[in-house]
Amino acid sequence: MEKKNLHLTLKIWRQENAKAKGRFVTYKINDISPDCSFLEMLDQLNEQLVDKIEKPVCFDHDCREGICGMCSLFINGRPHGNDSGITTCQLHMRRFRDGDTIWIEPWRSAAFPVVKDLVVDRSAFDKIIQAGGYTSVNTGGVPDGNALPVKKKNADLAMDAAACIGCGACVAACKNASAMLFVSAKVSQFALLPQGQVEAKERVAAMVSRMDALGFGNCTNTGACEAECPKEIKITNIARMNRQYYISAFG
Amino acid sequence: MITLDSKIPEGALAQKWTEYKAHQNLVNPANKRKLDVIIVGTGLAGAAAAASCGELGFNVLNFCIQDSPRRAHSIAAQGGINAAKNYQNDGDSVYRLFYDTIKGGDYRAREANVYRLAEVSNNIIDQCVAQGVPFARDYGGLLDNRSFGGAQVSRTFYARGQTGQQLLLGAYSALSRQIEKGSVKMFTRREMMDVVIVDGKARGIIVRNLVTGELEKYAAHAVVIATGGYGNVFFLSTNAMGSNAGAAWKCYKRGAAFGNPCYVQIHPTCIPVHGDYQSKLTLMSESLRNDGRIWVPKKKEDAEAIRAGKLKPTQIKEEDRDYYLERRYPAFGNLVPRDVASRAAKERCDAGFGVGETGLAVYLDFASAIERLGKKVIEARYGNLFQMYEKIVDDNPYETPMMIYPAIHYSMGGIWVDYELQTTIPGLFAAGEANFSDHGANRLGASALMQGLADGYFVLPYTIQNYLAAEIRTPRFSTDLPEFNEAKKSVEALIDRLMNIKGKHSVDYFQKKLGKVMWDKVGMARNAQGLKEAIEEIKAIRREFWQDVRITGATDEFNPELEKALRTADHLELGELMARDGLLREESCGGHFREEYQTPEGEALRQDDRFMYVSAWEYAGDDREPILHKEALKYEEIKVAQRNYK
Repeated sequence: MEKKNLHLTLKIWRQENAKAKGRFVTYKINDISPDCSFLEMLDQLNEQLVDKIEKPVCFDHDCREGICGMCSLFINGRPHGNDSGITTCQLHMRRFRDGDTIWIEPWRSAAFPVVKDLVVDRSAFDKIIQAGGYTSVNTGGVPDGNALPVKKKNADLAMDAAACIGCGACVAACKNASAMLFVSAKVSQFALLPQGQVEAKERVAAMVSRMDALGFGNCTNTGACEAECPKEIKITNIARMNRQYYISAFG
Repeated sequence: MITLDSKIPEGALAQKWTEYKAHQNLVNPANKRKLDVIIVGTGLAGAAAAASCGELGFNVLNFCIQDSPRRAHSIAAQGGINAAKNYQNDGDSVYRLFYDTIKGGDYRAREANVYRLAEVSNNIIDQCVAQGVPFARDYGGLLDNRSFGGAQVSRTFYARGQTGQQLLLGAYSALSRQIEKGSVKMFTRREMMDVVIVDGKARGIIVRNLVTGELEKYAAHAVVIATGGYGNVFFLSTNAMGSNAGAAWKCYKRGAAFGNPCYVQIHPTCIPVHGDYQSKLTLMSESLRNDGRIWVPKKKEDAEAIRAGKLKPTQIKEEDRDYYLERRYPAFGNLVPRDVASRAAKERCDAGFGVGETGLAVYLDFASAIERLGKKVIEARYGNLFQMYEKIVDDNPYETPMMIYPAIHYSMGGIWVDYELQTTIPGLFAAGEANFSDHGANRLGASALMQGLADGYFVLPYTIQNYLAAEIRTPRFSTDLPEFNEAKKSVEALIDRLMNIKGKHSVDYFQKKLGKVMWDKVGMARNAQGLKEAIEEIKAIRREFWQDVRITGATDEFNPELEKALRTADHLELGELMARDGLLREESCGGHFREEYQTPEGEALRQDDRFMYVSAWEYAGDDREPILHKEALKYEEIKVAQRNYK
């Protein structure tokens, strides 16, 4: 099978630092193998920029296998690009056609300020977890792992929710820049497990109030977050969190 | 001059840890608040240690290179975590886990450490369950297990193919709780550039703020390095792009001995290399070997036809397939340890039976498992891995067998530590993959997570107290001490030197060149001549790097090229030490396979009379050969034998 290499036009957001004004810069890149990943395409661009004694494009990336949640590009108007159930590092160039123009932007949200070029600051997510995304148990002195049976169905649903990688695609996809899918995934994980029950009320209240304080928008049930989530986290988690929240407020 | 004292407690093996804890020094709660602990790294070992030390009441400063502590590369571990719970009633015990780990490590690990690891393995599972880690469960609601290589029991706990992620998020959540309480102060996007020694003790670190480029100084009463392994010396590995040996290497250059640098693990089931633009290799979990069968064609002409694209693997008849692991190792079959499986794949490919476009691949086939259990069961077990494979390779593994090939995955070697996880520098500790301690010459699957969490939750919080108990009268340090300024100045000078080279080639050019030498000559099979050549070639690449590297951008800004250059500079030195260690070790053991030392059947042949020791290297200066120290390994509990998985 003959594979044709790609010749592409890239429109990349360049921004010196958090305070500077950003702009799109156009780059041409040729001879890209369709088997290479999107980030490997950017690696090749950066090698060419270094060759020309220019500053390479900064972007966040680390594991390059879709699990660390570090990569975060908004590609042709979609977080993680034109494929479903994947992160940017898992996007392959075979999803593009020869001659394509590709627009590459950082996540856009007031709660995720740009650090440089395509790199954003997502520490707001850490702050939400710090508000209550845990069970308050110290190391040691816990019961045997099998002391507390968990229904397989609930364990599986908890795992579905816990699969969140904290990349922020849900916020980037949402017209309100809401973090509801992220927060509800963590709340749901604990809501579905007996270990999470002790602090259930306090947890949801604290995490939602932290989320609001950090400048994330509200949820208006558009569902873009679910559609773009690389781990396909279900929007039903938001419904579960809302129930938890009402119980916490009025129950 | 370093002296190695492993500080193994007296007494029977099974009692050593209990005895140690019973008699160690403790710090009272009021004093803990006055003691600062720096922990570098937020993977399983780092995050677990930071959270646990914070809970105890120490004042913890925790650092990571990523934008969040949740991103550390422990997150990418897939298959599971071992523990000696014996929930399956299949004959497991602390002793058996200890025994399997020593044997798996080819009798090159320290007995006392490994026994302790097996002992605390059960606490880890309890701890993670209490944190709300959603482990896989059976219909009765109890925890499920799967099998892993090198064991005849099912002792591996898992959370689908994302066990590392779930365990790391558990540790991250415990860490987050301490950050909220103020007992841990978190510093993200910081890379450790040096360790500061005051009066012979580790008292702080210099870090580079990766956003501003500023060099920052931090002081503490003790420093813990939990910065992972050095697989990226090879350029292509399963490690994350940012994983690097820098922090460990800086400790080495300040006087910490480096243990067994030649022991690296080559994982048998990775997606094969496909192009020269490739930036990293992707692991396919070892758990796949539970149900997948590994084979190549029996006939060379079939293999040639497959490579030419004229034949498909599904067209090869059952009798024309060579299930070479099942053939060579009937007792363990596809579940032999990683080093054995990797070498067997290399042997078949080198002999001309490899498949794929390059001939450097073998099949991992699920057809018979799908026939036996149904597609649904296989999907539930490995769905996310199959999806990952399909996205990368553009091939459906439910229909066509996966193609796999070995790749660099883990480093068993690392900073030398004693029983307390303390390095040869007092007050400097090393935990997790960054230390050398528990896996000998080969790590068994699902044991990295176990060791990281054992060190972080259950070992370090004890042993560090034994050290800190003598520090309660030491007031907080000022970072204005001359030692801090000297260390900072030397980092500044290093960065200036790099930036001013203004050469012709990018950093990656050199790292790739180093990687190729490492893979060809310090990789899966090594020999004296190749290792000698490697040492000279690495020196030459290093010289070229320091004359001709080009780093664009500035020092005082977010500059990934500069970050890479600093790491590659360290890798160019470590690579040489790895080759040197491999050359010295005239035997084959675990991941270290010297072609001159093998049985007629091609199995690793140890030379116990000459090499039953840990090699611990001491830095002697840039222009001088490092000094070798030996820690003799004494096996009191276990009878040393040739490993046999047949």
